[in-house]
Parts: sequence; structure tokens; C-alpha cells
Amino acid sequence: MTVQVRIPTPLRKFTDGQDTVEIEGDSIGAIITNLDGKYPGLKDRICDDDGTVRRFVNLYVNGDDIRFLDNLTSAVKDGDEISIVPAIAGGR
Amino acid sequence: MSFVTGLKCRECGESYEIAAINVCEYCFGPLEVQYDYEAIKGTMTRELVESRPQNLWRYRELLPIETEPTIGLYSGYTPLVKADRLAAELGVEELYVKDDSVNHPSFSYKDRVVSVAITKAIELGFETVSCASTGNLANSVSAHAARAGLRCFIFIPDNLEQGKVIGSGIYKPTTVAISGNYDDVNRLCTEIADKYKWAFVNINLRPFYTEGAKTYGFEVAEQLGWKLPQHIVVPTAGGTILPKVAKAFEELVDVGLVEDTPSKIYSAQAGGCAPVVNAIHRKSDLIEPVKPHTIAKSIAIGNPADGYYVVKAVEKSGGWGEAVTDEEIIEGIHLLACTEGIFTEPAGGTTVAVTKKLIEQGRIPRDESIVISVTGNGYKTIETVAPGIPKPQVIDARLSEFDELYAAAGERPIVDKAANA
Repeated sequence: MTVQVRIPTPLRKFTDGQDTVEIEGDSIGAIITNLDGKYPGLKDRICDDDGTVRRFVNLYVNGDDIRFLDNLTSAVKDGDEISIVPAIAGGR
Repeated sequence: MSFVTGLKCRECGESYEIAAINVCEYCFGPLEVQYDYEAIKGTMTRELVESRPQNLWRYRELLPIETEPTIGLYSGYTPLVKADRLAAELGVEELYVKDDSVNHPSFSYKDRVVSVAITKAIELGFETVSCASTGNLANSVSAHAARAGLRCFIFIPDNLEQGKVIGSGIYKPTTVAISGNYDDVNRLCTEIADKYKWAFVNINLRPFYTEGAKTYGFEVAEQLGWKLPQHIVVPTAGGTILPKVAKAFEELVDVGLVEDTPSKIYSAQAGGCAPVVNAIHRKSDLIEPVKPHTIAKSIAIGNPADGYYVVKAVEKSGGWGEAVTDEEIIEGIHLLACTEGIFTEPAGGTTVAVTKKLIEQGRIPRDESIVISVTGNGYKTIETVAPGIPKPQVIDARLSEFDELYAAAGERPIVDKAANA
């Protein structure tokens, strides 16, 4: 599957300044691994040593938080948009 | 004179210079302002604080500002109401309500965090201030921006109630409605903040913004006679205020302004959106996001970014957390209004109801000091309580009609049976 990944500002130094990149993968986990292959160092920012997503990183597939889907095994399909977003709260 | 030494990541400890950044470049953890407490200890005394005007800048040594503030001059120092009638109703001896429903200028605790954030924005040279919000925050940012003469952009989800849109629109910011939910709006705002170099009070200015919440805790302690409350119940939405109240108490002890006495902190949430209370009950610090379903919209954040810190602060203080139903929230609003004459919005109703629950559970003892944290004003959310307010009886302007009505009603409230049938 080919998907678009939106890259937050702090990670753009790994992607030559690009704010969106295209990557292959069938699941979120695979996408992260493939991103790291193409842009070394990226995975370490997103995941802990044990491979789980860092506490303050949110990942979305077409706007859905992966924690409401299947976390790292969440499936993706062609044309999906993945967003990597630092956890920000808001006021209300 | 400022005692700020920089910013530091709460997760990995990485240090940064003061700037409009809120996220650690390495681990995405939140950044927090650091202070030289030793130096503050030598300078900040009770007498010094008491000599200052009754506003939140009273505690300026513990706030991240360098210059003389020009806004928020009437914000903070809200009443700490001794709630004897509510205490009697709940069966406790010593109860207070910290009443931010009357905060200036926009009637919520948000005036604290916004005063600090906008003061910092001015110091850092920003000309446009902004936020993503559905209610109290937008009202506050618009109001303060108007007073400071700054350009202001408010970003809202497109399905927002008209009342809330008007409550910010009156100050004439530029309001942009986004097709999506609140989380979509927040995501977009992160990108706008970065591209346009605007000060988003709760995004790129977040470390300074959150420091303003400490003033709620400073005031409670000062108003109790420079003493920490034995128990304080705080509503939890995004998770800003509870950890900062805890931090405020710790800082007051560190700089020698209060004695180090136990103070248990409790998180109050609505049953329809209680990710933090759920984690506390599971004895876990892992927050599982929820989809909110509650009338308490101002605290309906299903994925609170600072939720982890709420759990940690509650745990460290020996407190707990509880959630209540929407019915109990409305009852809480009525109870506070009828016993103490304070009209709060659903977040406050939640806190009252949770306090009642914690007392009934025996978690909060009946003979220790308790503070209920009210953070917003009921007049902004009247549609929530409207169904429970009966229509009054109508009579002609004749004394005889009133005599008849009064005789029939006796001690009971006079309601129009026909109109309410």
C-alpha cells in the first residue's frame, strides 16, 4: 500500500524539510519501519526502545487515532493519510 | 526581575532557551519553565506578596515573565468562599469554594493562563495571538487581546453553539470555523503556528500558559492564611490545572511561604469522559483515550495531553479521582447555587458532585479542610440547566391575586402548574 505521511516540524530535518512524504506499508508498524529505512533516525523519535509509540506522539490514519484502531498493527490502504502529531491538549 | 532559567523537557530532561516552543525536539515531551528557587526563596516573602495589588501577578517571582505586565491587571485573586451551608448539606466541618466563575475579564479560570501567555507573547515580540477553542479559552483570549490591542484569530469547529461564538465574537477577533472536530482544529493550529509565526496561547506558548494555572493554587494557600488545604478537588479536562495546583503547593513549600503539610488532590471528571479517572482507578499511568459523551463540554477532552501528569500528581499527593453522571452534575450545579449563591457551569457541577461522592465514600474525611475548585460561570451554559428551571406563575397586578397565590403556596415554591404541565 502507498500512503501519504504528514511530518511534524520537529521531524522535518530527517525528511529534508518535506512536510509530506510518500511511503509503502501495510500497517502503521511497517510504515514506521519503512520510513526509518528511507529517513534514518525517524523511528527513534516516534518509538521507544521497545518499539512502542512514545507517550507524547499521536498517530492518525485519515484522522482516526490509532489507539482507537489497532495501534501499530492498524491496517492502511492505498491513498490513506497518516499524520504524526505531537500530543497537544487545548483549552476549551 | 525574573528568576526563570530556561525550559526543560518533562520527559527526557533536555534543556532549551526561553522561546515560543512547547515540544521537545527529541521525544515530543512537554517543555516546562525552570526557576532558580534558591534565589526566589531569598526574595519572595509573605509580606512582599501581601503588599501587592490583588491580582495574579502578586506571585510574579514564580511566573515566567520578564517585564511589567500590562494585561491581567484585574485577573485572579478571586474569592475563596467559606461555604458553611454547603458544608452542612454535605456533612463536613470546613469547606471552601475557590470561585473563578467571577474571574476578570471573561469569567473563567482561563483568564489566569491567558494573562501569562499573552504577556509572554508580547515580550517575545508577537503581534498576533490565537487559540483553538470551543469556549472559555476563546472568550478569554479575545478579551485580553482586545485590551492589549493585539490582532487575534480564533479557530473553532464549525458546529459550535451560537452562544459560544458570540461570547468570543463580541471582542471582534477574526473567527475561523474549521470543518471538523476539536482535535482537527488543534492539529491545523499547530501547523499554522509554525508557518505564520503567531502566538497560539495553548500550543507554542503552552509552557508559559500552563504556569498561569499555578496562581489558582497560590491564592488558595494564601487565602487560607498561608496554609495548604488538606483536600482539594479539581476538575480535569486537558490536564493543565491539577498538576499545576500540585506544583504551586510544592513551590510554596520550597520557597518557604507555607509549611509542608499533607494536601490530597482529587481529579473530578464526567462519567461520559473520564480517561484520567479511569486510569487512576486502574492504578495505571497509561491514559486510554475515550470518545466524550457528556453535557460537561468544557471538560470533554477524550485524549488529554497532560493526563499522565494528572495521574502522577494525584498519586503523589495520596488523592484519588471520581466521575459522576450528567444528572449528578446538574444536581451539583443546583446544590452550589442553592446553598452558596454561586452559579457555576457543568465543570463546576462535576467538581461539587465528585466532592460529595468522595465524602460519602469516606475518602475525604468529614473533619478536615476541603476546597472545591470552581473554574467557570453558569451564565455561559444556561441551556444545560434550563430544563430544570420551572416557569414562574403569572398573576395580574392585583394585590388580591398575590394574597391568594401566597396563601395557597405557603412554604412551597410558587410554580405555574399549567405552564409547566
